[in-house]
Amino acid sequence: MTVLRRLRGDRGFLAGAVVALLMVLVAVAAPLLAAAAGQDYTTYHDNLLDSARGGVPLGRFGGLGAEHWLGVEPATGRDLFARVVYGARVSLGVAVGATLLQVLFGVLVGTAAGLGGRWADAALTRVVDLVLAVPSLVLAISLLAIVPTDWPRPLLLAAVIAILGWGGTARITRGETLSLRTRDYVAAARLSGAGRFRIARREIAPGLAAPVLTYAALLLPTNMISEAGLSFLGVGVRPPTPSWGQMLSTATTWFRADPMYVLVPGGLLFLTLLAFVLVANGLRRALDPRQSEVLR
Amino acid sequence: MIGYLVRRLGGAVLVLFGLSLLLYGLFYLAPSDPAILTCGKGCTPDRLAEVRHAMGVDEPAATQYAHFVRGLVGGRDYPAGPATRHCPAPCLGYSFETDQPVTRLLLDRLPVSASLALGAEVLALTAGIGAGVLSGLHRYRWLDRIVNGLVLAGYAVPVFLVGLLLLLLFCVQLQWLPFPSYVPLTTDPLAWAQNLLLPWVALAVIQTAAYARLTRAGIQETLAEEHIRTARAYGLPERRIIWRRALRGALLPLVTLTAIDLAAVMTSAVLTETMFGLPGVGQLLVGAVNQIDLPVVVGVTLLAGLLIVAANTVADLLYRAVDPRVELR
Repeated sequence: MTVLRRLRGDRGFLAGAVVALLMVLVAVAAPLLAAAAGQDYTTYHDNLLDSARGGVPLGRFGGLGAEHWLGVEPATGRDLFARVVYGARVSLGVAVGATLLQVLFGVLVGTAAGLGGRWADAALTRVVDLVLAVPSLVLAISLLAIVPTDWPRPLLLAAVIAILGWGGTARITRGETLSLRTRDYVAAARLSGAGRFRIARREIAPGLAAPVLTYAALLLPTNMISEAGLSFLGVGVRPPTPSWGQMLSTATTWFRADPMYVLVPGGLLFLTLLAFVLVANGLRRALDPRQSEVLR
Repeated sequence: MIGYLVRRLGGAVLVLFGLSLLLYGLFYLAPSDPAILTCGKGCTPDRLAEVRHAMGVDEPAATQYAHFVRGLVGGRDYPAGPATRHCPAPCLGYSFETDQPVTRLLLDRLPVSASLALGAEVLALTAGIGAGVLSGLHRYRWLDRIVNGLVLAGYAVPVFLVGLLLLLLFCVQLQWLPFPSYVPLTTDPLAWAQNLLLPWVALAVIQTAAYARLTRAGIQETLAEEHIRTARAYGLPERRIIWRRALRGALLPLVTLTAIDLAAVMTSAVLTETMFGLPGVGQLLVGAVNQIDLPVVVGVTLLAGLLIVAANTVADLLYRAVDPRVELR
């Protein structure tokens, strides 16, 4: 298991993995953590706000204290700890969901293009080019604005991000498939009478695992940025469901009076993203040691 | 070459066609009626029918779309009370919200987005190539580390977070700069640059890291090539080798990347504009989306699609121009 040994020796990867795991735990255990703090993310605390200053939290550092571990939100007084903890669910959930969908679409289309005939390859490659040529952020905003507001928002976000972003995975899978199918062991399988599907499943798929995994690892933080951006623009999850991007959007009107409200969700978002990028980077170095260069 | 351009153009038309069709289809399927919003409170059924007719949303979706395409190519006439008003080609219709021609709205907003994107790109190229060359020559180990760290961080910070932190630092804590508000270049170039400085930096951070890494890799790769060894054997001065030979090889991949990036930067300027309150195309889109202003949304999306396709074509042509070995397909 040289891969595992390489990963264990990679300090960046280890640090990233620990933080990433911690964030996943926080997201999963959000209700427990909020309960442990004795707070929830919807209760307003008007008494903790300075009405003379337009609703800025009373006290230093955004009302931070034993009662409210990270202070409270300006204007509403909702507990910030409970909100960022629940926000982790949206951030991670949407990113993981979108990544899984992208990998699913991408691998299916990519292997079909790589193993199919000339015409299937040409047609699918055109489709992938089309997906890659679409202004995804602009289109995502439009799509999310059109759909009715009562649809389940997190699912929708994951779906939209995935639909607009599976092109890269498909392109990489196709390339790898084209190179794998010329290998001797694939030829041997074909000569022994294996059908296309059997070859795809038994011979090609194992070879795809490493490149697809490294690519998907980098897709995850990218998707997280997309979710945060869309929520920031107001087309993400609907209030009162909290999301880090949405909180940062509110923070644009409050950062002068209450910097804590920028630093808490912003810091968490950055930390989580950095952790996942470090994990992706470590995976790449471990799985593809020839490419010592960072990323890409 | 001409065949290539024709194929490229065909592909571009196809992409834009698909985009507009998709948006029209989705808006038509969506249950909200834009005419009710335009008509406002105390709307009578008669008035609503009138508004729907004036907006052109009383016809079936396919007819609406056909009108739209015809308007785009050859202009079209809109009923406005007893008279008609002419919307010259390329007509993208009138905004449901402000009743202004979408084409003009886009043209009004484009200078802001272009200022933002071009400035950020120039900044990213200068800083990125500079840092990449210095760290590629292994002159400064600490610079190497900074570039490495920035590359990682560049993947990990969303544009709007950088923007917020910059505002917090330079406008609130240090008070070195005023809060950005757009001043046209033609009015006051200095104020234009001063107000756009923070948005430029925010938008350039990620690109800078990418360019620095690419330049560094390119320099190291080229320096290991045979023609460099030959030049050294001829006794050419090291500075000349680096500037004339190594740099040229190293910057090749950057040329095409820049063309593609420019379009990407323009679309990600949506976030920067919203963040800093700059009245660009992105801000127009975000506003229009909340008002279900279909003509504006379609217009902005088509413009973005056009930019990306154009950028890709330019990138291919540039690539061909700087590296004759490449064949266009």
